[in-house]
Amino acid sequence: MADALHTLSAAELGRRLAAGTLTSRALCEALIARYQAVNDKVGAFTHLDQADVLAQADASDARRKAGQGRGPLEGIPVAIKDNIAVKGQPLTCSSKMLASLVSPYDSHVAERLRAAGAILYGRLNMDEFAMGSSTENSAIRKTFNPWDLARIPGGSSGGSAAALAAGLVPLSLGSDTGGSIRQPASHCGVVGLKPTYGLISRFGLVAFASSLDQIGPMARSIEDCELLLNALASADARDMTCFSPSDRALTPAGDAKKLRIGIPKGFLGKGVAPEVAAAVNAAVEFYRAQGCAISEVELPSADLAVPTYYVVATAEASSNLGRYDGVRYGHRSASAGTPVEMMTASRSEGFGPEVKRRILLGTFVLSAGYADAYYVRALRARAKIRAEYLAALAGVDVLLTPTVTTPAFKVGEKASDPLQLYLEDIFTIPANLAGLPAISVPCGKSGHLPVGFHLVGAPLSEAKLLAAGRLFEAAHGFAHQQAAL
Amino acid sequence: MSTPLSDWEVVIGLEVHVQLHTRAKVFASSPWGFGKEPNEQVDPVVLGLPGTLPVVNREAVEKSILFGLVVGASVPEHCSWDRKNYFYPDNPKNYQLTQKDFPVVVGGQVEIELPGASRNVMGEHKFIRIHHAHLEEDVGKLSHAGSGSLVDYNRAGVPLLEIVTEPDLRSSAEAEAFLRSLVAMLTQAGVADCDMEKGQLRCDCNVSVRRRGVEKLGTRTETKNLNSISSVRDTVIYETARQIRELEAGRSITQETRGWNAELARGYVLRDKEDAHDYRYFPDPDIPTLKISRETVTRLSKLVPENLYDRQRRYVEKLGLPYTAAALLVNDRALAEWFELAVAAHPTNPSGIANLVANDLLRDLAASSGSAGAFDESASTPVSLASCPIKPAQLAGLVKLTDDGVISKQQAKEVFAEMFKSGQDAAAIVDAKGLRQNSDTGELEKIVQEVIADPAVAKSIAEYRAGNEKAINALKGPIMKRTQGKANPVLIDQLLRKFLG
Repeated sequence: MADALHTLSAAELGRRLAAGTLTSRALCEALIARYQAVNDKVGAFTHLDQADVLAQADASDARRKAGQGRGPLEGIPVAIKDNIAVKGQPLTCSSKMLASLVSPYDSHVAERLRAAGAILYGRLNMDEFAMGSSTENSAIRKTFNPWDLARIPGGSSGGSAAALAAGLVPLSLGSDTGGSIRQPASHCGVVGLKPTYGLISRFGLVAFASSLDQIGPMARSIEDCELLLNALASADARDMTCFSPSDRALTPAGDAKKLRIGIPKGFLGKGVAPEVAAAVNAAVEFYRAQGCAISEVELPSADLAVPTYYVVATAEASSNLGRYDGVRYGHRSASAGTPVEMMTASRSEGFGPEVKRRILLGTFVLSAGYADAYYVRALRARAKIRAEYLAALAGVDVLLTPTVTTPAFKVGEKASDPLQLYLEDIFTIPANLAGLPAISVPCGKSGHLPVGFHLVGAPLSEAKLLAAGRLFEAAHGFAHQQAAL
Repeated sequence: MSTPLSDWEVVIGLEVHVQLHTRAKVFASSPWGFGKEPNEQVDPVVLGLPGTLPVVNREAVEKSILFGLVVGASVPEHCSWDRKNYFYPDNPKNYQLTQKDFPVVVGGQVEIELPGASRNVMGEHKFIRIHHAHLEEDVGKLSHAGSGSLVDYNRAGVPLLEIVTEPDLRSSAEAEAFLRSLVAMLTQAGVADCDMEKGQLRCDCNVSVRRRGVEKLGTRTETKNLNSISSVRDTVIYETARQIRELEAGRSITQETRGWNAELARGYVLRDKEDAHDYRYFPDPDIPTLKISRETVTRLSKLVPENLYDRQRRYVEKLGLPYTAAALLVNDRALAEWFELAVAAHPTNPSGIANLVANDLLRDLAASSGSAGAFDESASTPVSLASCPIKPAQLAGLVKLTDDGVISKQQAKEVFAEMFKSGQDAAAIVDAKGLRQNSDTGELEKIVQEVIADPAVAKSIAEYRAGNEKAINALKGPIMKRTQGKANPVLIDQLLRKFLG
């Protein structure tokens, strides 16, 4: 089949559905067949309720037939990271702690997708509670990079990226606290956008670090990514950090060929693999050739980003994950004892090692006598980083760097070295600390492994990031790429 | 108490937790109220389900601001919430949202009135400073049943205003007076219902003692979770005595958290300072700093009722009410406003109106609502005037009839009883019953002279003339008999004295 359905973009599928040459049921059946063929190899999904998917597809087809189609996503499957609540579906966060939890409510984004007519298609694997950069921290299963099954897909939204690269689904949702959308997108050769903090409601996103977390769209093309972003971004009174209707207007994209692009000084030096540097430099030269103004910018506090992040994120996480105690839901230890003993045992048994490591770290940095030295200082560093980024973005439209220093590493390669793993996010973390939108765009290969570049813009400049990505994408062959499986 | 208290001074600070009168919980849309089945008033946010987020209930914030305005606090431009982290099964998120650094109310003071020398005498007034008040969420209730534990989250997330005083209180009586005053202010402003039987007001009580004249505060203890005013009073008495005893025995006071067993009337140690929790406070990242607009403050300031004691002073000084009646009326805002409507309809005799309200009206209302005896000054339950059959202007009409001499005070009681039964105007009842007094001086003069001439009363007249004032009363009976009881008794008295003079 020259144009097997699983290879098509969401936009193209939408056109066929609209033209009546395709039904959502036929599309979902094809994707379920694809799932049966390759998910065991890739491990992207942790759950797929096929009967539910087909029922949703039939309902979509009926709506369309009745002239009640809900827009460009009508009938299109969107797979969802397993930390975003969908009523009636598991919400495990790939943790033993929540292995049996079924969400009794819809997240805001799930409501938005239903309102857009999309098919809520299955649950995607992730690092436990979104803590990790390889999806190796999942307590449920391993996920492999479709481009090289011996390698990690990145993380924590590894399932979301791998599902796209394996042709399992045309669109997926990830969440990004320090790079969890963009790093796996880079490793799997897909597009991943972390929106401005507050653009998309976090209601129904299981919190890792509340001041950093954002849900974002992932796709195999800029066009699809934008399609999904538009469906997700809307005001929501249930998230007080979500922009109100009057505050959320995106800055117009303008002419992508006139973008001013800043290259942070020294960023291409630090441990960046030569093939990655070459691909990113080629992208810079492409933009220069298109007429963009390229300049070097200074971000003197950039080195503080990773330590700042690991203080702020773990502090918030230690509190956010307090609720998992076996009392109301989730894993409850079988060992008897007082309620407090039961809670302790449930947490000891339910959480994996990386989650425990971060809870301990976060508890420490908030504790009396240490909070000033760690947490309070980290907040000051965060403010400084944000100020520097905003100052830099006053002079340029976007900042361009690699997304990750190296291509995807082998499964198990860094599992014993958490500090090395934490550096995976060195380029992506500042956007979370500063609340800025950022995107990873596929820009080449290191051998057979995808490489992406990373753009950061001012608050609400998503349209500019997408326009810049589109300009590059149109001139290169990386859109719609899928691994051969 | 055997200890020479006078050598010692007790210093008390209170932390009063008040459930605010709101429809919804403080960070969730779930309603709350008393008497529901366990875990009926919960939703995903209250239960802390993964992915749920708090949304600040505006009504709860506004009630808190209103409290601030009632006590003359400054309302800050901003307030924000922090997480207080600790693990306990009644705490659905294992952190409590509270306000550590930027509370909604800063400063203010509460006027208190101490008991007077007797019931009829006003006691000393003092002002107790408020340090701050912060808006937080209540927790659920854990109970133990057999080998297991049960937890009810109906209470979790109920808006709780924690009002923290300066250490300004100096006795159990002051602590008691403070709480009564606070409850009156909270209920009269509609901020809270303060029903202690429903756990709507709970208190932590900090007590220390020092030798009189010593400035430095002694080591304090905190007794937690007192759920009645009497428990606070008893705790202060107990803790004062205990601390003095310890210090006089040459021992020192341990800074500790204590509990109170009301049945045994004893305090006990919950935990000492070494076991103090590290709550790892930090700003809640889910709730942005809340801006409090000056427009909101202006709007709310219009809802602040007249201060309890300002009103009391006005009643005594401007309206000439006796202290007892004034104190009784001001304790219940609705009753005071009812009284003032009546006064507006008949402004010349506020005391007469107050007397009927404070005695007859309250007695009959209590009897009709089946809660007789609930209306002394110490009762905090306001009487329900909603079902009162008598309107303020009608009561004023009754007092006016008495003042004008149309009926006697004795008849007024009878008319009042009828008004309470039927809701009719006093005048209509007086007419229907033919109760109008005979105040016809000419006719009464004739009758008085006839009675004086009757030899049967000659002895009484002689006694009266000999200086026995009371003997005159023996002449009133026959006069009343001849007038079928309608003679104006005041007039008769005057006439008798005139003719016997």
